[in-house]
Amino acid sequence: MSTELNSQNYLDMDLLRFTTAGSVDDGKSTLIGRLLYDSKSIFEDQYEAVKATSEKRGEEYVNLALLTDGLRAEREQGITIDVAYRYFATPKRKFIIADTPGHIQYTRNMVTGASTANLAIILIDARKGVIEQTMRHTFIASLLRIPHVVVCVNKMDLVDFQQDVYEKIKKDYEAFASKLETIDIHFLPISALNGDNVVDRSPNMPWYEGSTLLHLLENVHISSDQNHIDCRFPVQYVIRPMNNEYHDYRGFAGRVAGGVFRKGDKITVLPSGFNSTIKSIDTFTGEVEEAFAPMSVTITLEDEIDISRGDMIARENNQPHVSQDIDIMICWFNNKPLQPNAKFVIRHTTREARAIIKEINYKVDINTLHRIEDDKTINMNDIARVRLRTTVPLLFDSYSRNRNTGSIILVDEATNETVAAGMII
Amino acid sequence: MKNYNLRHLQELESESIFILREVAAQFEKPALLFSGGKDSIVVSHLARKAFHPAKIPFPLLHIDTGHNFPETLEYRDKWAEEIGAKVIVKYVQDSIDKGRVQEEKGYNASRNALQTVTLLDSIEELKLDACIGGARRDEEKARAKERFFSHRDEFGQWDPKNQRPELWNLFNGRKNIGEHFRVFPISNWTEMDVWQYILAENIPLPSLYFSHKRKVFQRDGQWLADFDFMMKKPTETVEEKIIRFRTIGDITCTGAVESTASTLEEIVQEVAASRTTERGTRADDKRSEAAMEDRKKQGYF
Repeated sequence: MSTELNSQNYLDMDLLRFTTAGSVDDGKSTLIGRLLYDSKSIFEDQYEAVKATSEKRGEEYVNLALLTDGLRAEREQGITIDVAYRYFATPKRKFIIADTPGHIQYTRNMVTGASTANLAIILIDARKGVIEQTMRHTFIASLLRIPHVVVCVNKMDLVDFQQDVYEKIKKDYEAFASKLETIDIHFLPISALNGDNVVDRSPNMPWYEGSTLLHLLENVHISSDQNHIDCRFPVQYVIRPMNNEYHDYRGFAGRVAGGVFRKGDKITVLPSGFNSTIKSIDTFTGEVEEAFAPMSVTITLEDEIDISRGDMIARENNQPHVSQDIDIMICWFNNKPLQPNAKFVIRHTTREARAIIKEINYKVDINTLHRIEDDKTINMNDIARVRLRTTVPLLFDSYSRNRNTGSIILVDEATNETVAAGMII
Repeated sequence: MKNYNLRHLQELESESIFILREVAAQFEKPALLFSGGKDSIVVSHLARKAFHPAKIPFPLLHIDTGHNFPETLEYRDKWAEEIGAKVIVKYVQDSIDKGRVQEEKGYNASRNALQTVTLLDSIEELKLDACIGGARRDEEKARAKERFFSHRDEFGQWDPKNQRPELWNLFNGRKNIGEHFRVFPISNWTEMDVWQYILAENIPLPSLYFSHKRKVFQRDGQWLADFDFMMKKPTETVEEKIIRFRTIGDITCTGAVESTASTLEEIVQEVAASRTTERGTRADDKRSEAAMEDRKKQGYF
């Protein structure tokens, strides 16, 4: 869509996707409820419904956590079962929250929520400090390469808003996180229940001079979260109108996975290796001069080359790896453990192939980060380093270089369930 | 270096186009469920963009309850012609005549729930393997848990507690024969996003969305349109009001709001100032706290 159409503020906002991770009862739902409520994203009918439920349950306050309950079973049991997506906006940004439950199937849900996030909020209960689950959440954020992490020390009201409690937790966390490759960590002391430092500055913690949570979310720098260096265009769909007006039109539709493509660029198509030049980058509203991630466009080429879904357009001097043997960190999602020599369907960019797990190198103890090499049974929520062999070569980058071209899922051929997610090393 | 960063509506548009192309690539017989409401209009507009300059490679499927506003039907045919899409219409009346469903009785009788049977029968008859819908996650609490690619078993049922995890941009549309998928390309859009996008793209809408004079009566704090088939209680009196609709669905369960907003700009202003959700005007959601979840499990839109 054209940007110049309207000068309104709304069209000038960007988008931040974040995930929230917390343990049971550390106030995650309350925090989300607070963000939604204080940013005025809650409508009267939603608020009234929550208020009525709170009263029915005999709760003293309007329980903002109820705003995030979705399914009947969740309301009945007072737990969150599945990842839920929430939305709110301020005049600066629109936010998508992947709200992930902290207990059952925690790893599976956290990994799912983290896969598309620019930022992770990790909650620590000020009374409990850094616990095993904090480390687990931080490890997953690091493994999934979430570019920004915000550590919220919550329930500061229950420790009399003491600065030394906050500082100790911060020190403990930093000591642990220094072992991980996390890029950008922020800390702040909050009370989600009362709203201290969530949207408004807290009068109870004058010693804290940093920004509020919302201010941080609005201003964290996200434009470099995508890879704009390595040109990668997985062909998703071939557009052939076959009508009189566009008789010979062959457009390669897809979403840019990395780099910046321009009209006139010399390109190489993989896996065939044929070279050509970009003739045009088309959209419904006309040609564009350049396309970058995550734009959906249609590319036409100067030469007639046989290209189909699953192929990749890259630059001659900057190509992805091409291999059938892939070293990967996987997270296992299924209640049935991984069977040795099991075969799967693997999905990577727009490519589909079959894959077999050749070797399990080690499992990771996600609470201590130690490698487990003597027990190689992969159960639900386990994270392991494995080696895959695929029926056709994949065209990939390491996940740390490009999340779009470095990620895969495994699908069970018999049940069609998505059984694992993987990050290519 | 230049700032390579999309504005949020551009990013949402790009995501939706990706999903629509993924449907065309992964499924053999998809259809776009078209209600004539703004959300399915936006999805069909996005589909036109996704496959340009080729035609949209799947038809629009409209389940007509027989209680549609005439304005909706008029719009449907005109819009389909404009975007060059084929329309398939299936009638709830046919399901009633065949005895597949029973008409509800009483004052709150609605064919809204009956649509599910007609829809599932149509999916079977047309051998559809993917139905694209305009549902959004911000609409309703059960929908907040919905996937982009949402699996339905051979009975058309949704199992919310056992959904496939969905990661990155990798969508798993594999299924067994007889099963199908519901796909929601604008999952991540909010009501405000949809309106701002319609405004920015200047997408034509049915006249029902704009302020007009209409004969209405009040029930449970909502204005309902007066038609012959609407049973009124003795206490309910018909008045003429200046109203518009925030959502468009079956006449029997679509409430109107009093409004003078007659342009897209004014509607956007009104939505921005609104203190209630758009589904607050839907009687079908008010039947119980889990009304939407229950209908969705059975195969509703």
